[in-house]
Amino acid sequence: MIVELGHFSLILSLGLAFCLSVLPALGVYRHQNQLMALGGSLSAGLFVFVLLSFFCLANAFVTDDFSVNYVARNSNSDLPIQYKISAIWGAHEGSFLLWTLIMAGWTLAVSILSGSLTLDMRARVLSVLGGLSLGFILFILLTSNPFDRSLPLFPSEGSDLNPLLQDFGLIVHPPMLYMGYVGFAVPFAFAIATLTSGRLDSAWARWSRPWTNAAWAFLTLGITLGSWWAYYELGWGGWWFWDAVENASFMPWLVGTALVHSLAATEKRGVFKSWTVLLAIFAFSFSLLGAFIVRSGVLTSVHAFAVDPERGMFILIFLVLVIGGSLCLYAFKATGIRSEAGFDWTSRETFVLANNMLLLVATGAVLLGTIYPLIYETMTSGKKISVGPPYFNTIFVPIVMVLFAFMAAGPSTRWKKTPVSRLVKSLVPTFLVSLTMTTGLVYFFAAQFEFVAVLVVTIAGWIFLGLVKDMFERVNNKTNKLVAIFRQPFSYYGMLLGHLGIAMAITGVCLTIYYSEEKDLRMVPGEMVEVAGYEVTFKAMNKVRGPNYRADQGEFEVMYNGSRIALLHPEKRFYEAARNMMTEADIDPGLFRDIYIALGEPIDNTAWAVRVQYKPFVRWIWFGGLFIALGGFVTLVDRRYRRGKAVNQQEMAGVTV
Amino acid sequence: MTVNKSLLIPLVVFALLVFVLSLGFRLEDPHFLPSELINKPFPEFQLRDLHDPERLITQNDLKGEVSLANVWATWCPNCMVEHPELMRISRDEDISLYGINYNDESVKAIAWLRRYENPFLFNIVDDKGTLAIDLGVYGAPETFVIDTDGVIQYRHVGALTREIWDSEIFPVVALLRAEQKKANTGHEITGRSKTGSEK
Repeated sequence: MIVELGHFSLILSLGLAFCLSVLPALGVYRHQNQLMALGGSLSAGLFVFVLLSFFCLANAFVTDDFSVNYVARNSNSDLPIQYKISAIWGAHEGSFLLWTLIMAGWTLAVSILSGSLTLDMRARVLSVLGGLSLGFILFILLTSNPFDRSLPLFPSEGSDLNPLLQDFGLIVHPPMLYMGYVGFAVPFAFAIATLTSGRLDSAWARWSRPWTNAAWAFLTLGITLGSWWAYYELGWGGWWFWDAVENASFMPWLVGTALVHSLAATEKRGVFKSWTVLLAIFAFSFSLLGAFIVRSGVLTSVHAFAVDPERGMFILIFLVLVIGGSLCLYAFKATGIRSEAGFDWTSRETFVLANNMLLLVATGAVLLGTIYPLIYETMTSGKKISVGPPYFNTIFVPIVMVLFAFMAAGPSTRWKKTPVSRLVKSLVPTFLVSLTMTTGLVYFFAAQFEFVAVLVVTIAGWIFLGLVKDMFERVNNKTNKLVAIFRQPFSYYGMLLGHLGIAMAITGVCLTIYYSEEKDLRMVPGEMVEVAGYEVTFKAMNKVRGPNYRADQGEFEVMYNGSRIALLHPEKRFYEAARNMMTEADIDPGLFRDIYIALGEPIDNTAWAVRVQYKPFVRWIWFGGLFIALGGFVTLVDRRYRRGKAVNQQEMAGVTV
Repeated sequence: MTVNKSLLIPLVVFALLVFVLSLGFRLEDPHFLPSELINKPFPEFQLRDLHDPERLITQNDLKGEVSLANVWATWCPNCMVEHPELMRISRDEDISLYGINYNDESVKAIAWLRRYENPFLFNIVDDKGTLAIDLGVYGAPETFVIDTDGVIQYRHVGALTREIWDSEIFPVVALLRAEQKKANTGHEITGRSKTGSEK
């Protein structure tokens, strides 16, 4: 019964989404305030009913209701409770319900927190968001219903959640990712609202910024979690594979980064107004494109969701309507005010432009690589090709290296014009210091001298030192310098954290790629292998039992310079219900290195194939990601978003405060 | 309504993208991996013999009879799994079996063969993987059936088992030998070279 209630609730929310997309918009065109004001209550209703639907599905999982097909395919009575819950988003139908719930959530948040918007704008924005929800709910009800039952005969036991997904990473990674993907609908809605209203001014940028920063921060978190999860879960020590699904999340992130910076320029200087609108459309378009890639089966991927042409067709049509429609709107309506304030070659505006151009080129390169197999297969009538890391690394890395060089300089620039002497005085000393320190560190501590590694880490250090210098200059003329460091606007801290995070991540990526060491070998208990100065001894092999699996567990002792560093227990698990074999690596994590051990196959009676890896600075990649996300969130606390409604409305009206 | 033409560019690019994506629906199962080389000659190569580093082997050494070429490596667990079957084939079946040691270290390979027995007549050292790339090898193990003219007639991806030998490999071998015999007897009876011979 509860399952049917959930289904019905979803149908009700479809009706509400329809009303939300139509009625406030109608109010706008007829100048009827009552209709426009409906946006708030309709958003609330939409959210409540989607949430109810979600709870009903959750209930089916928690009570082991295997008459529901989706539960039977993704759960099992022995599955630990936290995974029964996360199994809700473990496959296509349920995860899309989560996506829709998050969409309704953002819509509600916008309706509550948009007090400073005019009624007209608020109605337009909510209407767009309602229309998107309409499409998503329709998709679920027509093609991907998680509430489908098989009655009267249904399985007595479920097939269990894929063992790879029975993990903390799965619990958090998809929700964070979706918060980001779906969150880009908000700046998208603002962009559409601005275009339809014909008022292409910079106010829309001011409204969109906190929403964009929040969505972007969530997406950063989601991608970081995904990379970390792949690292410890998949057993190979890899953390990024340029897989179609990964690229599907990375492309909106790249465009989102461009958007975050472009919005800043548009808000503060009124430049790039129509370009920023286009970027907002792009960011959400890539989110939708990502959903298409992952769920339509058009591209092969080791972890693509659904191979289903019917769903693929629906999403494609949705894409055409939403993206095509918005780009049409842009083409016809963005021919607005061209009076943009002028700026110099050395201005911050130029650097934001460079940021945007480079990020867009990088996005285009990733997009091309991702869909190229499809183009190739079509043009050669069936021949298959795979595009992988060699292409992506070769194309992507040089582009972003140039971007990072601009990034080092960015914070030192000023809007409109930066004196060249100031730039030189800021950049040259920091570069030289970074170069010297990096060369020294690599020379003394690294196993071998790699020129490219030195170059990359120098740039990361350059970025870092540039931030330090910028902070120093800001507090230099204050009486109490230490206090002044903590009295900067939060948006500045956001920038600091974001750029610091990138510098850390670059350092982690580079050092791990160049200085990792790996040994793949056959070991018997008692044997010792040496990797990067660490002595790893295979002590014993034990058999263990888990809640829904049994495993062979190896015991490995890691020593360094005679003292024991860690005792690691990698496992080879056999999940009974799904009849799946899985490798569970064990890691000794560290700030400056990870020791990573995974079991391969058993050879003979006592010997095992073992892979031991030394991965320096790999954690810096994810710490960097965390800092970037934190930076995005910190900007939300900025004073101007906490000021009263009256003040904000004065600002909207053009009175400077 | 005046339209700035450059603003239409994103729309046009998007239309192209949609077109490309919709093509995906007409394609076949993404999981099917065909072999490029069926009915094509074995790729040219010149690589060393594993047990006789002075000797260079080329594709011509694979001609003259119906034979099997097996791609294997010491790091490949499934090669271990199919090893007993390869041993059985080399002992009990009347067919030549050649090994291609792929992306491996020769010292390890020699030790491996000594420890577990060597089913191969000889082994080609493809330590850089160039021959494997030309063969379109997806991973180890893979087995190719080669006819007397050195043309690839069949490819099996994955470990060989007795069932696979019986149902897939042996029928191909038998067919090739029957055709070869037909071509040979035709030659003997007529006493002159047969033109337009069937394959």
